[in-house]
Amino acid sequence: MAAHSTLLSVSKFINPVWGGRLGNTVKVLGTSLPSHRSSSRLAPPPAKYGGRHTVTLIPGDGIGPELLSHVKEVFRFSCVPVDFEVVQVNSALESEDDINNAITAIRRNGVALKGNIETKHTLPPSVKSRNNVLRTSLDLYANVMHCQSLPGVQTRHKNIDIMIIRENTEGEYSNLEHENVPGVVESLKIITRNNSLRIADYAFQLAREKGRRRVTAVHKANIMKLGDGLFLQCCREVASGYPDITFDSMIVDNTTMQLVSKPQQFDVMVMPNLYGNVVSNVCAGLVGGPGLVPGANYGRDYAVFETATRNTGKSIAGKNIANPTAMLLAGCMMLDHLKLYDYATLMRNAVLTTMNETRLHTADLGGQGTTLEVVQSIMRMIQSKGQLTA
Amino acid sequence: MAGQAWRSAIVNLLRKLGLSINGENIIKPEKVPRLVGALKNEAAQSKNFIRGMKTVTLIPGDGIGPEISTAVMKIFEAAKAPIQWEERNVTAIKGPGGKWMIPLDAKESMDKNKIGLKGPLKTPIAAGHPSMNLLLRKTFDLYANVRPCVSIEGYKTPYTDVNLVTIRENTEGEYSGIEHVIVDGVVQSIKLITEQASERIAEYAFEYARNNQRASVTAVHKANIMRMSDGLFLRKCREAAEKHKAVKFTEMYLDTVCLNMVQDPTQFDVLVMPNLYGDILSDLCAGLIGGLGVTPSGNIGANGVAIFESVHGTAPDIAGKDMANPTALLLSAVMMLRHMGLHGHAKNIETACFDTIRDKKVLTGDLGGTSKCSEFTEAISQRVRDMD
Repeated sequence: MAAHSTLLSVSKFINPVWGGRLGNTVKVLGTSLPSHRSSSRLAPPPAKYGGRHTVTLIPGDGIGPELLSHVKEVFRFSCVPVDFEVVQVNSALESEDDINNAITAIRRNGVALKGNIETKHTLPPSVKSRNNVLRTSLDLYANVMHCQSLPGVQTRHKNIDIMIIRENTEGEYSNLEHENVPGVVESLKIITRNNSLRIADYAFQLAREKGRRRVTAVHKANIMKLGDGLFLQCCREVASGYPDITFDSMIVDNTTMQLVSKPQQFDVMVMPNLYGNVVSNVCAGLVGGPGLVPGANYGRDYAVFETATRNTGKSIAGKNIANPTAMLLAGCMMLDHLKLYDYATLMRNAVLTTMNETRLHTADLGGQGTTLEVVQSIMRMIQSKGQLTA
Repeated sequence: MAGQAWRSAIVNLLRKLGLSINGENIIKPEKVPRLVGALKNEAAQSKNFIRGMKTVTLIPGDGIGPEISTAVMKIFEAAKAPIQWEERNVTAIKGPGGKWMIPLDAKESMDKNKIGLKGPLKTPIAAGHPSMNLLLRKTFDLYANVRPCVSIEGYKTPYTDVNLVTIRENTEGEYSGIEHVIVDGVVQSIKLITEQASERIAEYAFEYARNNQRASVTAVHKANIMRMSDGLFLRKCREAAEKHKAVKFTEMYLDTVCLNMVQDPTQFDVLVMPNLYGDILSDLCAGLIGGLGVTPSGNIGANGVAIFESVHGTAPDIAGKDMANPTALLLSAVMMLRHMGLHGHAKNIETACFDTIRDKKVLTGDLGGTSKCSEFTEAISQRVRDMD
């Protein structure tokens, strides 16, 4: 136990100094450390003030605020030692102060739970997407999504179990656009060796950690020969260091075709930003919709949790019909990250039992339950486990 | 007819009419247009009046291309469609100035006929020239790729009742091919969106919707992230929507479309989008109805040129073995007939094809049967003949 914690503190010491610059060297050292957390994720901030963690909460727009308030309620009910620091971000304003406050808060706390912030088209193009600004400022380079078929949800395809790892900071989302000649707009897609190596490494380490057999890189290198070619090359390089895991690649249009006909063939998938957007939404649709899958954004020092498909859900906001599952499961992922495993398991079991056994479904799954009913059912299930509740 | 044959036809016509040019019998190429102009009305009218046939350039392609082209020709003959086929081959040749181009006779034929049907073309690796599809696209400025995706009754997929059309901008966007290595380890790819191309594709999408009685057009974009480029595309779509008030216009983010497409594809009608999203979405929709072996596709170009094609590969492993499935090329040919206004014949051939597949008695290997390509073709031809 002591050896384990010394090794962890040694790794904490090495990582900030050498960071990404020595690339694979540090990772090689990292993989030899016995740890059930990937070494590319730093240990969570230590709980202060009486053993309670502080987590930044960004309500966002649409259904974000109501779902996050349900999460807060469930946490409070289960006596989870987490306090939320709420930071409002107003998407209608042009100034960046709000999002900068949020970023500072996350730097302070290290962990956040957020709803999606809307990008208003009425504002000039110089106003970037707030979600994107958050991800790039905090260098949350890996977006991880785990799509699993749930037994209680009726879908066209069964037995899906895919992990999607998506590069989260560069690629098509670099926000570099200009209009040199009126009527001709250029948008730059940036692919760098460092980031590609980093995300490939993250993917393989996660695959090894979870006992996965195969990693598929999704790309369009037949057309974008240099850009996606570089990404593919980096993946191959990293793959050679993991001989126990099979590596293959697939072109993105073929991938989507395969996903809608035979999704069971995929195991772990790694890809650049835009293709990640498409593939993660297709997979979320295959397992039952945007209300079911949680997503996590990991950086070296910070972690932000949200729903996987990042929808604002403006059309269903305030009507008590949104599905709270995705946000609650995101909360569970956050608890896992904070090493509060017992609470995480308790909540996750309650959510999945409600989904699969009682079959209390919200409208998006074809049921008649309201958000409040589902949340109450979950809280009843938590209470019935006999643990301390509020 | 190729250039040479055309000129000799004119010489013969002149001789018949007792004319000659300066006593010469050899017509110079520059003089031909003048002659053609002088004889144009008579020639054109007489041609249509006598035959009523429309000439279409046929590019059989490689691999299974020739077999499926023959199948289509046979079915068209059985349906008594007024189509005359002009076969051409396209292989890249180096023109003057070192630029790669398609053979001249193919280009002339297309320019004259305006309508073409193309089988799968193979792209040899390391041949030094760009893909044939790219060459064709550049030569004829094929700016719109249209893929109607309709569920085929009898070919079961987890998705039924799919009935949508994807219209994809085919010339610019992410596939502009402009890439640079900035410094070692940093690559930049440029996505180009121009006002002109966006306007053109938006106009085409609404026109298509109007001509084919489709109720709505949805623009697919990612303007929340790519504010300027997709913003420009979206603006042009909105402007085109203003001019076509009869068709409903909506806009949707790419991720929302993907999410909803796999849950409920019936909510979509016509989708218009830039190049990359179009590539991914059109293949996604093809996957919904059963794959590239049953999906038709058409490319619309400037100057009224339209090339309809099958989008599957050349399948060299089954080439020449009479195992190929001609459905994709056949449905593309049906699309071509509709484009030319021959709706009656189009309906007959399409119904015959779908009925044969629904019957499940004669199906090729990829559709789940054991019949040969020729048997499948014969079954469809028989049905078409019985319809008259």
